[in-house]
Amino acid sequence: MMASSYNAKDEDGHHPGSVGSGGPGAVKSRKPDNTAFKQQRLPAWQPILTAGTVLPAFFTIGLVFIPIGIGLFVTSNNIKEFEIDYTGVDKSSPCFHCSHNYSWNSTSACTCSVPFTLEQSFESNVFMYYGLSNFYQNHRRYVKSRDDSQLNGDKSSLVNPSKECEPYRKSDEKAIAPCGAIANSLFNDTLELFYIHPNGNRTPIHLVKTGIAWWTDKHVKFRNPGGHDKNLSVAFQETSKPVNWLKPVYELDPTDPDNNGFINEDFIVWMRTAALPTFRKLFRIIQKKKDSNTPTLQPGNYTLEVTYNYPVRSFDGRKRMILSTISWMGGKNPFLGIAYMTVGAVCFFLGVVLLIIHHKYGNRNNNADIPN
Amino acid sequence: MNGACFRETLRICRRWPDIMAIWKEDVRVEEERHVRANDREYNERFSYADNRIKTAKYNAFTFLPTNLFEQFQRVANAYFLILLILQLIPEISSLSWFTTIVPLVMVLAITAVKDATDDYFRHKSDQQVNTRQSQVLIKGTLQNEKWMNVRVGDIIKLENNQFVAADLLLLSSSEPYGLCYIETAELDGETNLKVRQALTVTSDLANDVARLADFNAEVICEPPNNKLDKFTGTLYWKDNKYSLDNEKMLLRGCVLRNTEWCFGLVIFAGLQTKLMQNCGSTKFKRTSIDRLMNTLVLWIFGFLICMGIILAIGNTIWEQRVGSEFWAYLQWNKFTSNAIFSGFLTFWSYVIILNTVVPISLYVSVEVLRLGHSYFINWDRRMYYSHKDTPAEARTTTLNEELGQVEFIFSDKTGTLTQNIMVFNKCSINGKTYGDVYDEFGHKVDITEKTPCVDFSFNPLRDRKFRFHDSSLVEAIKLEEPLVQEFFRLLALCHTVMPEERNEGELVYQAQSPDEGALVTAARNFGFVFRSRTPETITVYEMGQPVTYQLLAILDFNNVRKRMSVIVRTPKGQLKLYSKGADTILFDRLDPSNDELMYTTSEHLNEFAGEGLRTLALAYKDLDEDVFDEWMKQLLFASTSLDNREEKLGVLYEEIEQGLMLLGATAIEDKLQEGVPETIACLTLANIKIWVLTGDKLETAMNIGYSCNMLRDDMNEVFIISGHTTLEVQRELRAAKESIMGPSREIFSDGPDTEKTDIYSSDSVFEETIISEYALIINGHSLAHALEADLEQILVDVACLCKTVICCRVTPLQKALVVELIKRHKRAVTLAIGDGANDVSMIKTAHIGVGISGQEGMQAVLSSDYSFAQFRYLQRLLLVHGRWSYHRMCNFLCYFFYKNFAFTLVHFWYGFQCGFSAQTVYDQWFITLFNIVYTSLPVLSMGLFDQDVNEQYSLRYPNLYRPGQLNQLFNKRKFFTCTLHGICTSFILFFIPYGAFISAVRDDGTQISDQQAFAVTIATSLVIVVSVQIGLDTNYWTAVNHFFIWGSLAVYFAILFAMQSDGLFNIFPNQFTFIGTARNSLDQKIVWLVIFLTTVVCIMPMVAVRFIKTDCYPTQTDKVRLLQQATRRQGPQEQNLRRVRRTSSRRSAYAFAHQQGYGELITSGKNMKVTTSSTSTYPLSSPERCPGTRGAPDETTTEAETNNTGFKREFDQNQDVTVEDLEAR
Repeated sequence: MMASSYNAKDEDGHHPGSVGSGGPGAVKSRKPDNTAFKQQRLPAWQPILTAGTVLPAFFTIGLVFIPIGIGLFVTSNNIKEFEIDYTGVDKSSPCFHCSHNYSWNSTSACTCSVPFTLEQSFESNVFMYYGLSNFYQNHRRYVKSRDDSQLNGDKSSLVNPSKECEPYRKSDEKAIAPCGAIANSLFNDTLELFYIHPNGNRTPIHLVKTGIAWWTDKHVKFRNPGGHDKNLSVAFQETSKPVNWLKPVYELDPTDPDNNGFINEDFIVWMRTAALPTFRKLFRIIQKKKDSNTPTLQPGNYTLEVTYNYPVRSFDGRKRMILSTISWMGGKNPFLGIAYMTVGAVCFFLGVVLLIIHHKYGNRNNNADIPN
Repeated sequence: MNGACFRETLRICRRWPDIMAIWKEDVRVEEERHVRANDREYNERFSYADNRIKTAKYNAFTFLPTNLFEQFQRVANAYFLILLILQLIPEISSLSWFTTIVPLVMVLAITAVKDATDDYFRHKSDQQVNTRQSQVLIKGTLQNEKWMNVRVGDIIKLENNQFVAADLLLLSSSEPYGLCYIETAELDGETNLKVRQALTVTSDLANDVARLADFNAEVICEPPNNKLDKFTGTLYWKDNKYSLDNEKMLLRGCVLRNTEWCFGLVIFAGLQTKLMQNCGSTKFKRTSIDRLMNTLVLWIFGFLICMGIILAIGNTIWEQRVGSEFWAYLQWNKFTSNAIFSGFLTFWSYVIILNTVVPISLYVSVEVLRLGHSYFINWDRRMYYSHKDTPAEARTTTLNEELGQVEFIFSDKTGTLTQNIMVFNKCSINGKTYGDVYDEFGHKVDITEKTPCVDFSFNPLRDRKFRFHDSSLVEAIKLEEPLVQEFFRLLALCHTVMPEERNEGELVYQAQSPDEGALVTAARNFGFVFRSRTPETITVYEMGQPVTYQLLAILDFNNVRKRMSVIVRTPKGQLKLYSKGADTILFDRLDPSNDELMYTTSEHLNEFAGEGLRTLALAYKDLDEDVFDEWMKQLLFASTSLDNREEKLGVLYEEIEQGLMLLGATAIEDKLQEGVPETIACLTLANIKIWVLTGDKLETAMNIGYSCNMLRDDMNEVFIISGHTTLEVQRELRAAKESIMGPSREIFSDGPDTEKTDIYSSDSVFEETIISEYALIINGHSLAHALEADLEQILVDVACLCKTVICCRVTPLQKALVVELIKRHKRAVTLAIGDGANDVSMIKTAHIGVGISGQEGMQAVLSSDYSFAQFRYLQRLLLVHGRWSYHRMCNFLCYFFYKNFAFTLVHFWYGFQCGFSAQTVYDQWFITLFNIVYTSLPVLSMGLFDQDVNEQYSLRYPNLYRPGQLNQLFNKRKFFTCTLHGICTSFILFFIPYGAFISAVRDDGTQISDQQAFAVTIATSLVIVVSVQIGLDTNYWTAVNHFFIWGSLAVYFAILFAMQSDGLFNIFPNQFTFIGTARNSLDQKIVWLVIFLTTVVCIMPMVAVRFIKTDCYPTQTDKVRLLQQATRRQGPQEQNLRRVRRTSSRRSAYAFAHQQGYGELITSGKNMKVTTSSTSTYPLSSPERCPGTRGAPDETTTEAETNNTGFKREFDQNQDVTVEDLEAR
């Protein structure tokens, strides 16, 4: 509408500049283009926060969140979890002597056995975690103390690891493989589980030690130097083992070449540093027996046999062993369910409050009183 | 070509500070200039600047170092450089080097590209200007040379319509008497032609090349300066001295017109020419938001340091209590073994990590936004004036948001509020008024566009643009009423207008003042066509019959006489004196027999003045041959006398202008620009105070005040301050104040000290509550006193209590002082608008300077920040563009700070979980890209396109402008709110995933509570939360917004998966360590549940708060938005146009718009060509003139507009004197 009126003006107004510029041909008018963009008339959606949109949003969120929360909460509660602290801080605890005597320098292994009782049966696959507390795997200097290209099987990094690994980079003029503080502090307790029959017999429970790391880690991120075929001890011959380790990296799991060296899953799991100072890491899987209807872990007495290699008392740490089943949402996690229920309830409540405020004080028809 | 050169001038002037800086370094102060013609060797000794213009800053080799050096001088860039250096220290480095260097390089690159393109165009136009050809006399022959090779002392030949290459001393020309004509539009914007005349000795050289080559005179003159209208120098030649003045100079930038050729001696070249010297330095203006932003950035730095210290202390404590025991797993390096030292290092590490609270992209984004807003102004068709083909132009791109905060407008009058076009509107002849239109019942009819015009077709020589509505006057002419005829004869004879007749009957008048032009044009249309003149005769076609009058004397106008007369001999041999002038002056000189007529006429005059018209009284007298002869002798004698010549002439004029017979009076309308009263009304509604600062007389200014509706009859009181001493002014001001405040507040007028403090605190409250309307009019003398230190406070007080303030008779310097005064006392944003050279100072002083382009000249535009062609566009500039800019910028800043706090402070919370070790939460790539890729475009598109209220509503509800003036949308409180919002968001962003991840595992039992999955979860939540937030902040979702918001999210996920893909990891295993994390965490329901929960918890409280605000305490904007939405649903409505009715009242007014006239020039015949025929006698009449005039008006307006400039310039000169006086004082 505006445009047309301007055009009309254009036609009768003549352009003084057009003749005098001397050049042949028509001189362009300096009139700006009439495009929606340039004239800031782009069609647009102009939402406004009105009662009609805000209140339903609050109620909807309330109505959606509360059921989700309940669902999460129930699911979480159905997960069976058993946790036992075997650090051995108390005098009474079976691992007290180990925790007290053991240090990184000890040569002989210290073992202790921790008895416990499961009240409920654990169905389906049971996952065995170890948990550490007060362990700052997320400390900056710790986190960066690794060489990913060494772990990826890069030959040159193997013998010449990144400077980030200092001071766990070289020992005795030989490169450490795997280098760095993370690898050096690899969790090396051995945990074994035995079922104590009511008659006193101990049955070892088969613990599966593969399938505990992410597929991408195992197959992409971590690779042994020299590929699969080569003899690992040859591949690693120019390196030395991390200071704290008892055995070199190529002896982590001599029984299974697919789980040895850098692609040892215990090692991979450890190398994926935890976000928080209290964490749990998957250790073993107790697979559901395929043929029988008996639960994976039936209620009763068990013993946890610990080869106590990993000292944590120096920094006031705790070591735990956790047995847990999982659901579609992972492990036991009451926080989310409660959070969803709370947020849902609050939103609903806010919706009610806003509704009241809107009805009582709200200016539902405030168009009329705009001055001028 | 013309346009190109003009733009070159603009461009050079913008770059002037740099040029100045370069130039100052290598030129010592020159006290006197010696130039010898045709002697390059001699002149080279002085190393004068050559004629090469160099505005470009860089060349190909110096670009990179120079540009980088310049860029790192900016604080922000230097800061990031320091950060970068810090990051190179491995013990401190908490981020990879690329997280800082990528944004820094991008910012530097963008700026460098911009600088490079600017410089490229400068090079190009330098090149273009420097390679222009001119004919230089070298070794006795004329050779074509490039401009840049022209040296001082060269003689060059110019041809018609060529640009003058350097400042030249005119030697000779093709025209008689060594005259030549130039157009100075480029220089001072005046489109009329000016005459230059060579010395007689040099003009004799003519175009004799051999003699010119032998010309070896030496010129000693002033050093280069910027005074366009002054030049002093002496020419030494053949043992003679000739003094030189500005009338002999052709300045660079002028164009030669109507002159076949001329020769000139180069005096100043290149950067030393007056054009280049005159550009003046542009003061760098910053907006209040800029200043606020700088303060805030400093605060943020402080905040950053505080957080750094807190975390460093935390680190020290942690290292002592926990870390020292943790050594078995995390050995310390030797030099970090001290906990305090570790804390110190941590401090720097955290400074690096948390630096993103002051993102480098902030400054760049703000610049981009402003540039975008400037383009929107340039592109606005509704600020494009088709008659002059001038679009609005944002000449400064850094002030846009301040346009939304203006509280005071200082406006010039002539050319800004008025068109400076005079229209013959009414007249009173022999006691009868003409000009009003009555309907059949005898009621006055308002004259509109549709009112039928009088048909002048009987007159083939009429001006077709002339409009008159009262046909009774034509009837009177046709009836040959003698007095009516005499009236128009007078108008056709008594003036100093020059006629120009291009083709038969196509007359154009060149009048010195637009009033005169209007009067002569009126006479022309009513059948008394002034057709041609010679020094001794005037030929008038009276009703088609040529009548030649002998012009015996012109008794010229000046400011004291306030009248002019001519004495002519009619063909019948009668001697007649015709006089026109101010009514008060003429009425004193009337013959007593006129008393009755005088009474009626003065009533008519009052009536005319009441309508805001400018009036003149006309009278004639029959002269006796003997008396005249005697008088003529005395006149000749007086005019040759050496001392007191003016005085003697004055007495003689007085003597003969006695006993006049009154003919009547004319009334001329000083036409306002289109839409001025409406604009003023609208801006007033927006609570913008408009002050008119004009050099005009009190009466004229008041007239315009009334016709603009700034002054109204229903105002309580109009105070006129016109005291001549400080005491008088003080008394008047106090009286005014008391009468506004009421007698109860008289106490304040005691001591000046108590007054200041008391009034300052109490008035600001009080002034808001005053409902009565007052106006203050103050004239120049009084203003000089009122601006003194002890009176300025009371002046500000009174002025701010008044609705309208008009300052008349002010000098350019005073204009600036008034602006300065308000800037100092009111902390308000000021805007100055003007069109002429006399407005430059105020335009430069005000926060925002607006130049009206295409009216009077280019000087105001050159120094302005914004320019457009019509005053009424100001409304759109402020209420639409300014308001939007402000709104957008504020929203942008709020969101930007929010976003960065939300993003960065997560690290702070994480510090408590990771032993204060400066571990980042996010992937380093995410930190690198967050600000520049993931979140920059949505907020930029909001900052560019958002419209809270559309343009129609912005204009319809001017008080929507209020928040800007009150600084409501972005201030320190707002800043705290949005940073707090950001901090809360960061808290939620960290602690909800924290709670969920304490014991979380994947649904296949493997771990997910590792650092990388945690990072991806928080990063994804963050991106989603800030995207939703920008969605909430965006009021106006164009397709671009949609594209950018959704696009940013998509790009985030795309980059996330790409960065964590196998391929990249295999190439750079150490840089892309997050391999597979996105895949392994984002396929988990629990992760999405966490993200969803986080988003809702972050967003919903804000939604609730905003809803309550708009619902219970809606702002004006909210209301209008609702209304807008409602009307959009109902379909468009016809907008009711605001019509402002002018009111009229009886005011006496007198105006005569010109100064000392052309009279002498006419009678001496100097400005008339002897050789050419009588039809195109006047030099201005040449046909080349009009087409060549850049921005010249179309033919309809030529006559008035071309000529008002001459008058105005002289007027400005008069004012300059006053400025100097003031400064001396």
